[in-house]
Amino acid sequence: MSGYPIDPHALTEPTLEPIRFGFGRGLLAAGEADERVVALCADLTESTQMHLFKNRFPDRFVEVGIAEQNLVTVAAGMAHAGKIPFTSSYAAFSPGRNWEQIKTTASLNRQPVIIVGSHAGINVGFDGATHQMLEDIAIMRVMPNMRVIAPCDSLEAERATVAIAADPAPTYLRVARDKTPIISTADSPFEIGKAYVLTEGKDVSLIATGTMTYHALVAASLLDSRGISVEVVHVPTIKPLDEERVLASIRKTGRAVTVEEAQAVGGLGGAICELTAREHPVKVQRLGMQDRYGETGSPSELLEKFRLTGKYIAEDIERALASQ
Amino acid sequence: MEDETTKQFAPTNDDAQLRNIARLIRQDIVKMLATAGSGHSAGPLGMAEQLTALFFNAMRHDPKNPDWPDRDVFFLSNGHTAPVLYAALARSGYFPVEELSTLRKLGSRLQGHPERGALPGIESTSGPLGSGLSQAAGYAHVLQNIDHVKNRFVYTTMGDGEIDEGNVWEAAMFAGKYRLGNLIALIDRNNIQIDGATEDVMPLTNLRAKWESFDWHVLDIDGNNVRAVVDAIQLGKAASWAPTMILCNTVPGKGVPFMEYDHKWHGMPPSPAQAEQALQALKGGAPT
Repeated sequence: MSGYPIDPHALTEPTLEPIRFGFGRGLLAAGEADERVVALCADLTESTQMHLFKNRFPDRFVEVGIAEQNLVTVAAGMAHAGKIPFTSSYAAFSPGRNWEQIKTTASLNRQPVIIVGSHAGINVGFDGATHQMLEDIAIMRVMPNMRVIAPCDSLEAERATVAIAADPAPTYLRVARDKTPIISTADSPFEIGKAYVLTEGKDVSLIATGTMTYHALVAASLLDSRGISVEVVHVPTIKPLDEERVLASIRKTGRAVTVEEAQAVGGLGGAICELTAREHPVKVQRLGMQDRYGETGSPSELLEKFRLTGKYIAEDIERALASQ
Repeated sequence: MEDETTKQFAPTNDDAQLRNIARLIRQDIVKMLATAGSGHSAGPLGMAEQLTALFFNAMRHDPKNPDWPDRDVFFLSNGHTAPVLYAALARSGYFPVEELSTLRKLGSRLQGHPERGALPGIESTSGPLGSGLSQAAGYAHVLQNIDHVKNRFVYTTMGDGEIDEGNVWEAAMFAGKYRLGNLIALIDRNNIQIDGATEDVMPLTNLRAKWESFDWHVLDIDGNNVRAVVDAIQLGKAASWAPTMILCNTVPGKGVPFMEYDHKWHGMPPSPAQAEQALQALKGGAPT
């Protein structure tokens, strides 16, 4: 009854595509649908996939140069003039460098500026710790008026981008650089503020966002063969959190594990702890980056080192259950 | 003599009337700050002519219809000078002059720093420095280069200390690149900031050349002469090939002798007794 169709090859032979590619297509579609949509970039147009929009709508594309503070404040001015501005850079720089400008001129100012943080997470790989944005979910989530969205794959990123443009408000959209498995389908739903149960289970709620939703599905499959029934809850919108859906799952299983390619402190893990502490106290195991920076390496090497693949997630859950 | 304590004014091109409005705005600022018991004195007093020239002469706006789609747009980038903006808004009819006395009070529409949505006529939230020029440039870019709207202008004021901020120079490059001829910025060049003289804190030497090198049209004027400000804005509107920067050389604390030129008044309000003294100095007659 999941209501969220999963690609039948997702766990066996998944198609790989960077999540940011879906953003690029979604932005182009949003631009076709609404001429108020404009795009701004800080010298990373092809990396962030804004070139599709730029080539189609050159007059609605703004190149601000390597200037992230200007990126979001020019966008705020354009929003005030009636536009729906999407801004993009690497997440390490935007919102990494320009948080105050986002707060004052977009969020507090209630201007519908969309901050697209590309190359988020440790899958940036070889570029190392400076470029691996891991704190973005936490710093954006604490801003009033701000929506925080981390799609699980390129198809969902495309749907999310279109949905954001159709309902303009201050928003952080987190996308990743590396090729990652496509797990959703053309028929999978996306609604801002909704969480989705991907597999039903009774022993533990595994709550995942962004790139980690795929690995959560892998972990659930591994644990299923070991007799542990995992309910995977996919949370593409971290704020506003779909409290009802998340709580319903946790009330059923009595145990929550969160997983994100970000600092476990303050991010999705933080959000779920706040929710459970308030509404339904249970043990919450938070998987993600454990209060440390990343390092240089290939994306897969890093995911393994930091135990963020299905295999390690399954192990960590199994161990935690055994030690109860 | 007519009681002008709460009088509101229509746009005018009469020098004597503009000078009188600037004087009343200064009185409003002194009263507001003394009542609030906190806030910034020197900047707002020095900027009275800039806001008077904008709101009572240069800008196309309708206080009864703040969101009028054909209006000119003003971004107060140096948000700590909110009292001068609030006084200009009240005196031009956005809200009653009496409401100025609520500045910085719990529940007031006159927040410590301007907040969009709190009060009619506030185009953007400001306070953290350095972001107003970018927003003005973004707005101007939409008008000139995307929507191709003519005869609407975008204005912003900044403090001189404010341009220590890197964000300002990012915006300077941007406005030069996109040749935003509909953008007119004013810097309140009063030579002070919180820690002292601007030239001690972080020198702003060759300021005109700095902006010219970013492809701006630059004017350097007596910013406490309201006619000079009005004329400079008209020149800026005519300069359609580039954004215009008006360097308004002003006296911090202008009009209140014991505050003038003294950086300690940057971030301090007058006490009730000092306010009395200031209001005496700002009493009718003498044109600034």
